[in-house]
Amino acid sequence: MSAVQTNTVPQVEEHDRAASITGRAYLSALMRDRVAFIAAIFLTLLLIAAAGADFLAPYDPNRANLGARFIAPFGTARDGGFHLLGTDELGRDLFSRLMHGARVSMSIGLLGALCSGAVGITLGVLAGFYRGLLEDLLMRAVDGMMALPSLLIALFILFVIGPGFGNLILIFTLLHWMVFARMARSLTLNHQQHTYITAARAIGASDTRIILTHLLPNMVSPLIVLFTLEIAVLILSEASLSFLGFGVQAPQSSWGLMIARGREYISSAWWLVVMPGAAIFLTALALNLVAAWARAITDPVQRWRWLTPPRRKNQPIEDDE
Amino acid sequence: MPYLLRRFIQSFILLFFLISFVFVVGRIIGDPALIMLGTSASETALDQLRENLGLNQPIWQQYLVFLSDLTQGDFGVSFRYGFSMMPSDALRSEGTPVLPIVLSRLPATFMLAGTSLVFAFSLAVVLGCLAAMHPRSWIDNLVNVISLASVSLVQFWLGLILIIIFSVHMGILPTGGFGTWQHLILPALTLAARPLGRISQVVRSAMLDELSKPYISAARAKGVPEWRVVFVHALKNASIPIVTITGDELSQLLTGAMLVETVFAWPGVGLLLIDSLGRRDLPMVQAGICVVAALVIFVNLAVDFAYTVLNPRIQMDNRGGRA
Repeated sequence: MSAVQTNTVPQVEEHDRAASITGRAYLSALMRDRVAFIAAIFLTLLLIAAAGADFLAPYDPNRANLGARFIAPFGTARDGGFHLLGTDELGRDLFSRLMHGARVSMSIGLLGALCSGAVGITLGVLAGFYRGLLEDLLMRAVDGMMALPSLLIALFILFVIGPGFGNLILIFTLLHWMVFARMARSLTLNHQQHTYITAARAIGASDTRIILTHLLPNMVSPLIVLFTLEIAVLILSEASLSFLGFGVQAPQSSWGLMIARGREYISSAWWLVVMPGAAIFLTALALNLVAAWARAITDPVQRWRWLTPPRRKNQPIEDDE
Repeated sequence: MPYLLRRFIQSFILLFFLISFVFVVGRIIGDPALIMLGTSASETALDQLRENLGLNQPIWQQYLVFLSDLTQGDFGVSFRYGFSMMPSDALRSEGTPVLPIVLSRLPATFMLAGTSLVFAFSLAVVLGCLAAMHPRSWIDNLVNVISLASVSLVQFWLGLILIIIFSVHMGILPTGGFGTWQHLILPALTLAARPLGRISQVVRSAMLDELSKPYISAARAKGVPEWRVVFVHALKNASIPIVTITGDELSQLLTGAMLVETVFAWPGVGLLLIDSLGRRDLPMVQAGICVVAALVIFVNLAVDFAYTVLNPRIQMDNRGGRA
């Protein structure tokens, strides 16, 4: 009932509320949504662990210690070394390896999403802004490419040009720009009908200026949500490709590759398979949760519920599942 | 009919582009002789193979030969399948034609994907409907958790976890292979996780929409039993988004099967493809990709056809795209 009542607040208050939205309001809104808060903390810790793996990891991820092979999680080696997540077939510390793997997996996810986002948003905005033949061709290409099995095509291209970090980013850019293009185009079409664009044009702003200073800033929030989701998708794809042997190659190690290695010891050392997969799962889950939160908070219809302090006990927070 | 005809032509063009893409990547970006023999091959062996495969001809001529071979169902021959080593003086006539091999692997993939989809779909419809009937109940939360987990999961990992639990520790199901119904359970469950989550979420939201409409109240007022209102009246009208997502998931299943088949040594097209990639068997890889992609395109077309049956208004739509 309270939602219905607050929904009918007069229009005047909308402006005050919009003015009072600060970084602090976002932070306190995040803290009130417990699940999203935990997910955000997890992602922050993960980024720190990935960036500082060289200093923070308890062991050298590549140092073999044959006296400490296959130690189960929470186990202690004979030389007294404690291994939180156990050790692998060469006695290397799994937790340290996961931290270093996080760096590879996360940077592929981030870089891949950045590159495909840059390509997709550029093409999408241009198509939505200039319309015409460019738009027709682009949208046909988007529809066509979205209908194709991307994992299969990624495998084939990697098979021909060879695996590796750089090629993975290239493939992801080539096969994932379409979602960004589609969204950027529809957002551009949407915003172009607004009077502020007409006004900008009337005072003689150039196309470049309209696109860069008027259109793009207004499109940021939905694109950031999409960007977050794409990072999750790319981390999962990277894991699949690396698992099949066409992703990250041996001296480097990613989570997917670690699962592939651990598979040989599945009957004796379950943690070698379970832990890297759990890392992928939790990361993707956290990204999805944060994206869902960001979507709710940047949605103009919904966000006032999050950004104004709760007055009643039954605050409008979604289920904490 | 023009709508379907147009979609048919679009699918055909897409397939043509895909085949051309496979040609361009295989022949122009990559060097087929190098791909098939590996970097350690001698120059003489490479030249020999180029000669035998007609790679010395101008590229447009190769393209025409490639296309005309395809129209006769000839995807080339494999020198690797069934051989332990690459015969040094391989002639085109000595290899095994690849298309029959790829096609012979299709039933196993269909069996796996079909079982998963039927299982995931029926469970998802029931779960989604129950969640929509009782918003904010435990079953609603369950559907949310499943759908969130299913998009965050790598399927091959789930498969390995199931192997650890049911094969290694409990020892009640085989770790992989093909034959009895026990072999089917774990791969089918693994593959079903993603569609289960995605479909149940869509069923839930589509049903929530439908159940709030006036005709539902009318049916309830008439005294129609609740199960009939939900599963007959509402579900039928909620079917379009459900069919859309199921079609999408089916095409995902066909490629997802690739990883699951690898984990469980299930002898389908996916496993053949991965093995062929490892053997550097270019013709087999090309045939496999073309066949799987053609299937995916066909599934998308079939979904569009299903729309026109479910909702005759779509035929009038001139834009041609999906809603």
